[in-house]
Amino acid sequence: MTQHGKRAFLLWLLAMLAGAAIVWNSRFTADMSFFLPARPSAEQQVLVDQLKEGAVARLLMVAIAGGDAGQRATLSRDLRGRLEKTSEFAAVQNGESGSLDSERDFLFRHRYLLSPAVTPQRFTVDGLRTAIADSIDRLASPAGMLLKAQLPRDPTGELYAVLGQLNPGAQPASREGVWASPDGERALLLLQTRALGSDTDGQEAAIALVREQFAAAVATTGSADASLQLSGPGLFAVKARATIKGDVTRLSIISTLAIVAVLFFVYRSARLLALGLLPVLSGALAGIVAVSLAYGTVFGITVGFGSALIGEAVDYSIYYFVQSGRSGVAAWQARFWPTIRLGVLTSVCGFGALLFSGFPGLAQLGLYALSGVATAALVTRFVLPHLAGERIAMRDLSHLGNALQRALRGLRHLRWPALGLALAATTYLALEHDRLWSPNLSVLSTANREDVAADTALRADLGTPDSRYMAVVTGNGREAALQAAERAGQMLDTLVASGRIEGYDSPTRFLPSAAAQATRRASLPDADELRLRLQTAQVDSPLAAGKLEGFIADIAAASSQPDLTRQDLNGTSLALAVDALLLQGANGWSVALPLRLPSDDPAAALVAVRGALAGSGALLIDLKGEFDRLYTDYLHEAVLLALAGLAAIVALLAATLRSPRRLAAVLLPLVVAVLLVIGGLHLSGERLHLLHLVGMLLIVAVGSNYALFFDGASGQLDSDTLASMAVANLTTAIGFGTLALSQVPMLHAIGVTVGPGAVLALLLAAIFVPRETAP
Amino acid sequence: MKRLFAIVALLALALPASAAFDLGQLMNNLARHQGGAAKFVEKKYIALLDKPVVSSGELSYNAPDRLEKRTLTPKPETLILDRDRLSIEREKQKLTINLANQPEALAFVDSLRGTLNGNRVALEKNYFLHLAGNHDKWVLTLLPSEQKIAALVQRITVSGSRDQIRSIEYLQADGDRSVMLIEALETR
Repeated sequence: MTQHGKRAFLLWLLAMLAGAAIVWNSRFTADMSFFLPARPSAEQQVLVDQLKEGAVARLLMVAIAGGDAGQRATLSRDLRGRLEKTSEFAAVQNGESGSLDSERDFLFRHRYLLSPAVTPQRFTVDGLRTAIADSIDRLASPAGMLLKAQLPRDPTGELYAVLGQLNPGAQPASREGVWASPDGERALLLLQTRALGSDTDGQEAAIALVREQFAAAVATTGSADASLQLSGPGLFAVKARATIKGDVTRLSIISTLAIVAVLFFVYRSARLLALGLLPVLSGALAGIVAVSLAYGTVFGITVGFGSALIGEAVDYSIYYFVQSGRSGVAAWQARFWPTIRLGVLTSVCGFGALLFSGFPGLAQLGLYALSGVATAALVTRFVLPHLAGERIAMRDLSHLGNALQRALRGLRHLRWPALGLALAATTYLALEHDRLWSPNLSVLSTANREDVAADTALRADLGTPDSRYMAVVTGNGREAALQAAERAGQMLDTLVASGRIEGYDSPTRFLPSAAAQATRRASLPDADELRLRLQTAQVDSPLAAGKLEGFIADIAAASSQPDLTRQDLNGTSLALAVDALLLQGANGWSVALPLRLPSDDPAAALVAVRGALAGSGALLIDLKGEFDRLYTDYLHEAVLLALAGLAAIVALLAATLRSPRRLAAVLLPLVVAVLLVIGGLHLSGERLHLLHLVGMLLIVAVGSNYALFFDGASGQLDSDTLASMAVANLTTAIGFGTLALSQVPMLHAIGVTVGPGAVLALLLAAIFVPRETAP
Repeated sequence: MKRLFAIVALLALALPASAAFDLGQLMNNLARHQGGAAKFVEKKYIALLDKPVVSSGELSYNAPDRLEKRTLTPKPETLILDRDRLSIEREKQKLTINLANQPEALAFVDSLRGTLNGNRVALEKNYFLHLAGNHDKWVLTLLPSEQKIAALVQRITVSGSRDQIRSIEYLQADGDRSVMLIEALETR
């Protein structure tokens, strides 16, 4: 090895070691942040916060089936008891009476700071008379009877006023005292994890705990034929991660084995095989290092793209070994390297366009592939020759090359049929234009259909609200945000009163702003004054003032009670209700107010809410709408990026080839390949989404490598070059094709598009070889 | 002890009456009743209050599972019992209660519904039954057999004539009681 070569080798080795160290310390994740916007709008930020920290993302639904209703109820109670003893859950509900006692106690204890009815007017003689008379009237009703025991201490009905704000909602059906599905065949529980929705490890631990405690409960109660079903966002996240992990391993192994087999068949030499894989490994490592350094976190799906990268990156060493075998290294560098370099640059343009995507997953894929391909090419050019030495004991591939040359001559007769097919594909795609693209983000979800159906069924059984619409207000601090929420709440109250909306939730019901608490406290009269007023107010009432000393004592206690803080809520499920709606972000605090709109005409209700909140600074958000918009944004952006990437490739080729004719000759097979692949996929019923679109760009970026050889050969394509192209194309097709086996829709889409696309690009390039360069 | 004594006393009283008019007959009569509408006046005697709370309105019943209680005074309220769901509409608020979660409401519902549709099995699930009187003027007494219900209701007394219920009295565990007088508007 030369001095120069040693230096190159050492530099490479150092870089590899440093890279390995970085990869070792990288954080890998398979959570949904892959899909969440890198540069969110204010509305999208709300969506992101809700998905990561909101209450809905922490929900786990549990169903117990099998056995009889009694056994299921016993299991449900046993399981609830067990889960409540653990620290993983903020709330465990199964519909048992008494399960909300601590919440009710809390609300009763703090009723004078919580009740919206507490005003100075409430405690005047008239106010007391009216409020107490109303409470007595309420005793006529079974609902009021539930509050009878508290009447002497709460004659003005503040607990009733507090409870009246809450959404009683539609409760699930019940069997044997616990929640059950409407048909009674499954007992139901609703859990709220302490772990955030974005904490996949925490969700996995919580789910494992439920399963483990259920098994223990089954063993204790002896209901052996009972089974457990779980669903919720956490389970989807955990399953998605498992799917991605499994795919990454499986696909990498398949792709590596297949490519190694091909290389071994071609080289028949362990040494060449090992040397040939060197640029690939370097590229894969460099890809992860680049992503890790740029983003801090590497998505599992990005690593999953590795199997395609292997197929693409191995091309360079194939070209090197096969093409330099006869002519020697120097000749290879002079004759072939410029063509390969141009191919690398077109690939870089294609992957590079993805870097500008606001879809973090896509940007990572772009960076990973770009650094991987560039590194593999550089290692092939500058390190491999030193390691391989001058003499490459390459097997003679001329028989393969000769066969290919014969085939090539035959292929040229397919020119017109190929053009005809392209025309047919164009017409077909033009006709199907409106039905080509799948319109929502769910096509990118790894969740399978059965899981989604099970989730929908459980949600319907439990009557879990879909918190689709919400108003969001913000403030610099917690207090400011709570005050803003109270102001918005007052505007919403008028809409509730007029029946325009059914209701809304607010954390200020359990945690009013300090200002609101102070105002309420100031409304309370002192004990002597209150006693006097009660005597006047209650003269004709069946409830004599003398029986209300407990009330007077409670008012006195409330007057000196310190402000209610978030810490006071600990130990009740109200803490979670507040935390889920009151979030601290990078730019201050925000409060979400989920809205319950009438189901018959939510759009009109939304208009009313928008009108009521106009000018208040509150944002009105339709979470599902935001989700759909997010996807549409991604799709539009992907179209622009694909066009930009295409323009960059065309510009690069135009600048290098300096001939419109040659440019057209290189581009024609690529365009036809894209048309045929997309037409074929749509015809076969594949639901196209934005990753197929990205795949179209990659067909051009990757496929151009092959078309360029036909151009670069300018006269004769010798049999070695042809053989190297065929082998390189095969490995690329294997690499991308393996992705088609993936259960992750993103990887699958790229696989089914680029795998066939690469092969077609080579075939079509051969079919459309310009006449003067034909062999 | 007191309750046990009451039961024994009632059982002793029951023996001669059953010869002429027994529980089975009453239940058969009640079960044949397919529904109808009635007016009611309900008085609740509550220890804390110097005067009873009086409410009035209309009842309507469709055998076997649907009962509607429409209170008109002092405050309008609609209470609908449909199978296991009790919904209360009052002051623009609608509350749906799942009965299994509310033992008090369940006791109320089981006694009333069981009596209305003559479902002896349902009644005997939660109560000891005692019947006194004759076909034209009977008194059915329900004593809770379950501790959970006994903690809320000491005794329920239903009186009536033939297949018509005239009054229902609830004596609660805390000594408060309510009496509902019922006057049929029509029969189907």
